[in-house]
Amino acid sequence: MSLLIKGGRVIDPSQNIDDALDVLVENGCVKEIGKGLTAPAGADVIDAAGRIVTPGLIDMHVHLRDPGLEYKEDIISGTRAAALGGFTSIVCMPNTKPVIDNKAIAAYIINKAKQEGYCNVFPVGSITYGMSGDRLSEMGELRESGCVAVSDDGRPVANAELMRRALEYARGMGILVITHAEELSLVGEGVMNEGFTSTEIGLKGIPRIAEDIATARDVMLAEYTNSPIHIAHVSTSGSVDIIRLAKSRGVKVTCETAPHYFTLTDDAVRGYNTNAKMNPPLREADDVAAIKAGLKDGTIDCIATDHAPHHLDEKDVEFNVALNGIIGLETSLPLSLKLVEDGLLTLNQLVEKMSYNPSNIIGLKRGSLAVGSIADITLIDLAAQWTVAADALASKSKNSPFLGWKMKGAATGTILAGKVIHAGK
Amino acid sequence: MAEFRHKDIIALRDLTKEEIELLLSTAESMREINNRDIKKVPTLRGKTIINLFYEASTRTRTSFEIAGKRLSADTVNITTSSSSTTKGETLADTALNLLAMKPDIIVMRHSVSGSHYFLSGKMPGCSIINAGDGTHEHPSQGLLDMLTMKDRFGRLDGLKVAIVGDITHSRVARSNIQGLTKLGSQVFLAGPPTMMPPGAERLGNVTVCDTMKEAIQDADVVMMLRIQQERQGKTLMPNAREYSRYFGLNAQNLKLAKPDAMVMHPGPINRGVEMSSYVVDGPQSHILKQVENGVAVRMSMLYHVCGGELE
Repeated sequence: MSLLIKGGRVIDPSQNIDDALDVLVENGCVKEIGKGLTAPAGADVIDAAGRIVTPGLIDMHVHLRDPGLEYKEDIISGTRAAALGGFTSIVCMPNTKPVIDNKAIAAYIINKAKQEGYCNVFPVGSITYGMSGDRLSEMGELRESGCVAVSDDGRPVANAELMRRALEYARGMGILVITHAEELSLVGEGVMNEGFTSTEIGLKGIPRIAEDIATARDVMLAEYTNSPIHIAHVSTSGSVDIIRLAKSRGVKVTCETAPHYFTLTDDAVRGYNTNAKMNPPLREADDVAAIKAGLKDGTIDCIATDHAPHHLDEKDVEFNVALNGIIGLETSLPLSLKLVEDGLLTLNQLVEKMSYNPSNIIGLKRGSLAVGSIADITLIDLAAQWTVAADALASKSKNSPFLGWKMKGAATGTILAGKVIHAGK
Repeated sequence: MAEFRHKDIIALRDLTKEEIELLLSTAESMREINNRDIKKVPTLRGKTIINLFYEASTRTRTSFEIAGKRLSADTVNITTSSSSTTKGETLADTALNLLAMKPDIIVMRHSVSGSHYFLSGKMPGCSIINAGDGTHEHPSQGLLDMLTMKDRFGRLDGLKVAIVGDITHSRVARSNIQGLTKLGSQVFLAGPPTMMPPGAERLGNVTVCDTMKEAIQDADVVMMLRIQQERQGKTLMPNAREYSRYFGLNAQNLKLAKPDAMVMHPGPINRGVEMSSYVVDGPQSHILKQVENGVAVRMSMLYHVCGGELE
């Protein structure tokens, strides 16, 4: 089986390529990349003229809700949403029911994704057994069973001694720790960012220092234990500064932010919009500016969605009662492309943050179109214009603050190991 | 004369100066009814009002009930302790069930800020009046406070109003700030920094003061907020004794305000904590006048959301 992708603008940060080239795929791998390639006999040909050809996008922060919470999302609907959004690989968080803290659950996810899914799925195991914050999970076996990292995402590891030991132990097992940085005693009963908006609309605020203090603690623990750490969903200017400083000191820290943190402020909560409720909460204009600066100067390595599906019954309620989280797989690419359109990032830098960097951070050996690489490829039409409509979303849940938004840019082809999974809407 | 075109009254933030003035002037004319021997007019005859209270309330619920009855509406009270969290019926389902009984107005108190907007979205054709939502607004209290000030001074424009206490958690403070700012008063806030929300000075014509003394100096109105040991007692203040010493109103510091300054409190009062009994019962206290005006203001609110046409 061969596939020739002709005439697209190839963006490959791993080789620093931004050029009109053809990509020839054979047996699921990139065989050749160059100008004027001819299709071997029997090869499928995709005319990619006018489109971008990139290594398949990778989202390193997704909640698939499977097993246990399939009424929100499952591996089939979630991977389909991912493929439509241009992602060839997604990394799913362990706060399922039961928690991904053992080999059986990890195997269930990997197998179901292989058999029925639309993209690659790499599970994250929990740091602590049952995400209880109580004792370490079996990280060695989790790694062996296919988990690419450990995290108690959604819940911080409150005990600093336990976090220290988790970082040390995980280093020994060769598995990355992803931290959900949040100091719960400062969060209290807060439901949105603490600032003028929370004051005016009378909702209990979550101060930015709740994130900053936890980020500072965790990078200090990483430095002290000489262990790698990845900070999930960075939302504050303070956290960006702390991570920038840590990187300059040589700490092995990487981090991600999500499209909503560089697109929206807490003004989106006005009207008590529960689709603008997530954790960490939407912040203020200063934070959005700092997140953008962090993306530009490389402090922030990745854009991940924190795709968090919730049923309408969990969102169509009073604000305090509504669950935290929004879906993001199908809107991440156009919202991120806006950074390129606005001149903040080059296309190469964007693909780095949405493919090459996440691949390196979790050791996937993907995110590249170098000869011999697995042919996970995304085709992007930068000019495609579309409107986000609940009915058209593949995700089972529709909890997005971007419903009704006009988007520019879309994945018009998602190719998994040389096989076309999604060929445009 | 301005017209009142809102289906609901949820927040004074949503109303214009003219609409607030209209509500106050109608309340002034309603007051006459309350002083008659037969305290009833047929204005809202045939209308059904449901008082839906998810939080305990004596004063506000009774006041709304009396207001409805004096306008000849049929009023029904539902008091429930369980807010719609996980157990029991959701607020949305409660709304749909009540809607099926075709009420004209729902007066709700709820512990979650903004729940009235949620309820309103579920209940087209039914008016929603906010009797207090979380730490957001308490518009009928704001209006009755403003009416009481207007009675005393004949105007609101240019008044210096001090509000002292836990501003962060006060829906009374928010409604007063919104209403008073629109009608030209100056608001001075004081309280321990643990009880002052970020950006309070941007809420309107507001000055955030470092000390209580600064706020009440030369004030026309001193409004004290209720301190709840159970809410503020853990981390926001050491205890009632120390709070009272630095943020309580007594005969001595009241002298800092203008000689004819009026003293107000939304109730219920913790005597000896935010106010000394001497001040509560003293000549400058307008606390019972506030309660009296509450009925008239609520009659005005009910009247205007029902279209405001006198028979």
